[in-house]
Amino acid sequence: MSGKPAAKSIPILAALSRRVLITGVGPITAFGLGIEPLWNALVAGQSAIRPIARFDASGFGCRIAAELADELFDVKTIVPKSYRKATKVMARDIELAVGAAATAVADAGLVTRASEGSAAPTIDPARIGAHIGAGLIATDSDELTLALASARAADGSFDIATWGRTGMTNLTPLWLLKYLPNMLACHVTIIHDCQGPSNTITCAEASSALSLGESMRVIERGDADACLSGGAETKVHLMGLLRQQFSHRLVTGGDAASQLGAVRPFDPSSRGTALGEGGGILVLEAESTATARGASVYAELAGFGASQNLNPDTVGLVMEPDGETLSWAVESALEDAGLAATEIDAIVPFGSGIVDSDRCEAAAIRRVFGERAASIPVVAVVPFVGNCCAGSAAVAAAVAAKCLREQRLPARLNSASTPGLLAAAGPSQPAALRNILVMTTSLGGQNAAIVLRRHS
Amino acid sequence: MIRNRGSGRVVITGMGWITPLGHDLEAAWSKLMTGTSGVAAISRFDARTFPTTFAAEVRNLDFTRFVGDASIHEGCGRNIQFALAAARQAWDQAGLSKAGGFDPRRVGIYLGAGEGVLDTEQFVNTNLAGWVDADQKIDTVRWARAAFESLVPQKEITQEPNMPLAHLAREFGIRGPAYNCLTACAASTQAIGEAFSILRRGDADAMLAGGTHTMIHMLGVTGFNRLTALSTDQNLAGADVTTASRPFSRDRGGFVMGEGSGMVIIETLEHAQRRGATPLAEIIGYGSSADAFRITDIQPDGRGAAIAMNAALRQAGIDPAADGPSGLGPVQYISAHGTGTKENDSIETRAVKAVFGDRARRIPMSSIKSMMGHLIAAAGAVELITCVMAIERQMLPPTINLRNPDPDLDLDYVANVARPAVVETCLSNSFGFGGQNDTLVVRRFRG
Repeated sequence: MSGKPAAKSIPILAALSRRVLITGVGPITAFGLGIEPLWNALVAGQSAIRPIARFDASGFGCRIAAELADELFDVKTIVPKSYRKATKVMARDIELAVGAAATAVADAGLVTRASEGSAAPTIDPARIGAHIGAGLIATDSDELTLALASARAADGSFDIATWGRTGMTNLTPLWLLKYLPNMLACHVTIIHDCQGPSNTITCAEASSALSLGESMRVIERGDADACLSGGAETKVHLMGLLRQQFSHRLVTGGDAASQLGAVRPFDPSSRGTALGEGGGILVLEAESTATARGASVYAELAGFGASQNLNPDTVGLVMEPDGETLSWAVESALEDAGLAATEIDAIVPFGSGIVDSDRCEAAAIRRVFGERAASIPVVAVVPFVGNCCAGSAAVAAAVAAKCLREQRLPARLNSASTPGLLAAAGPSQPAALRNILVMTTSLGGQNAAIVLRRHS
Repeated sequence: MIRNRGSGRVVITGMGWITPLGHDLEAAWSKLMTGTSGVAAISRFDARTFPTTFAAEVRNLDFTRFVGDASIHEGCGRNIQFALAAARQAWDQAGLSKAGGFDPRRVGIYLGAGEGVLDTEQFVNTNLAGWVDADQKIDTVRWARAAFESLVPQKEITQEPNMPLAHLAREFGIRGPAYNCLTACAASTQAIGEAFSILRRGDADAMLAGGTHTMIHMLGVTGFNRLTALSTDQNLAGADVTTASRPFSRDRGGFVMGEGSGMVIIETLEHAQRRGATPLAEIIGYGSSADAFRITDIQPDGRGAAIAMNAALRQAGIDPAADGPSGLGPVQYISAHGTGTKENDSIETRAVKAVFGDRARRIPMSSIKSMMGHLIAAAGAVELITCVMAIERQMLPPTINLRNPDPDLDLDYVANVARPAVVETCLSNSFGFGGQNDTLVVRRFRG
């Protein structure tokens, strides 16, 4: 280290030894709110992917998705009464994040501004951060088009002059605020009074893994004592289905019934994925504060790493086939956790069924784990809850945390044969689990890996 | 695990921007020094009947002259073109590709880039093709038929907010930690702050950081007009559009949209020294907070903004209640968020006073948004570069159009005319819709 006095202006990272624990999980999936309904389905081997029910999807190639039914989730019942009015300006993605955060906070046993009663917050609001990954939120097509339709010329075509004069006034004044990606974190931080560092990472399927990593660093370096961390998204809407089909990522061909069971991660016959609504928020806490309040701990967030693929087509529809860069993220996470590859007992990849993505992930796993790759259980969550995009890695992390707590692995669905990987269909089993690797690549090429360690 | 055994110091070694005032550092800086506005009638779409008909647009940019092989960026959106051109300037100035090259695994990227631009005409037509008046809703089968006929895959995929990142990584061969954050108007300040944090921890040797954005399109202007956040033709009351952006003025009526990109290369001091790069300035503090107040309003007392400023100053080792060296202020320039909305400018002024107390009035604070408009997600990066230029040139950019001072706003806003000044340390603020507050502190590099 340099002995120059100028270095004193930046104190050398004395707080870096703080350990970070997962004290609450709040997945939100097509199974409903919270870890229990999700875990029960994972253990039972039941998928939530069904024919799309919310709208007639017969014009699209992919007719299936994992939708969260209104009976299972109504955001108005989740938020404090005083906040109900604000639910009118929440896009679906925001609703999902708000539901996940409420669930995570309750699971962690935290009192926040949203809690009923007059008890003081468990953690000083200035010391709670929020890192919530998000996607490109699509406007509600009916809402926007109702307004656009008011600006048609006599021949039915759109007239921008009329739009500028009067048409746009048919949009609610706060229309834009429904769709800014950082409004997930905005609503969550207002509801729970989180005044610490906050961020919105928008890196497709890597978003919530990168968010968990950033929260971990923020807590390690002492900028917060706890973070609500994860992400949420749905692309189960017209623009989402369109763009994902344009990206050749979805199961297509045949009718909805014939597509059920078609999400087959790492199976050579796989031809795409299905979308899901969901994501998750985890409560991450510094070990010191979690211990002081006697929190129940799922696991330690022990390591994190990230990298960027060198994709042959730039945007990442065609992915780096040899998984080299993704393996760097995994190696960084292992090094950060102080673990050897031999100490990883299970892997939760993105595991979507998207051919290029699966190939990249499988290659990275083989690079890091060598011959052992074929004998480490792989847990793929997407065949159960669909691709929750920016929320997917948060679901994966919540499942990994639950696996460590239960010392059990979920069932595996659909894949008949997964050469070189232990990922083919099979029932749930008890397992001795010390460390679980969660890893993901993404459309766009951002990679992230996190390591969860059993807390003792 | 702690990897960083270095000093923890982080320096800026490359800067680039694409702005409404010019496509390189010198061109735009000279416009800032002469107090020139980049605001004009909107040319990107027919906005003649909109409440706001003007913006500060980037004009005549040929991004292909900034990239090696333009074919790998074919069909990329306008925001990506800005990013490639700005990043090339920063990359070349830093000289990372010079002899010896760089370790791709140890160079990362952290952007605060906005989403791309909708293929507006086809998007609108698709929606109308699916619309059923009798039902007041879209027939999704008809919609899908129209969409697959008229929308173009490339133009849809390029809208994802992580796509600028994908293009920059490919252009420069960057394979280290990679992020895009989108925290509205605070995004690129936050991106640089988080990149700084990654370097301090030792998780990379160098980072490309910054932002890019344009919302000068039909639905972007619509969205901000509906929020009544933009300065409008009505506010202007017939005056020239170059006077539309009036931060800190009594008659300010909202912000003016800008577009563009700002990019910096930042690296650990050890890495810069090892390869003989010239530090342009040192980043010494970063602070971030959330208002957690309301979705549309800022905390009236500016508390969230003050928390971010105080955190950045604390990290920088600067006591806001004490004079700086040689009797200077604690910092010698503040690049204000300074949007020109009633609320922002009042609250930012209040927050700066809360942080610096009696010394606030001695610290010049200006808003370059008065000249180049608000670059939204890209604003913070461009403003940080402005701070570095101010340190290098010992000149402060003005807040133009400040002819009618607001009696409640009594700081030194560097009204109308650029000014020579002794500048060692600058603070740059960015505040986003949704209550996101981010502050960076940058200082002249001393070895």
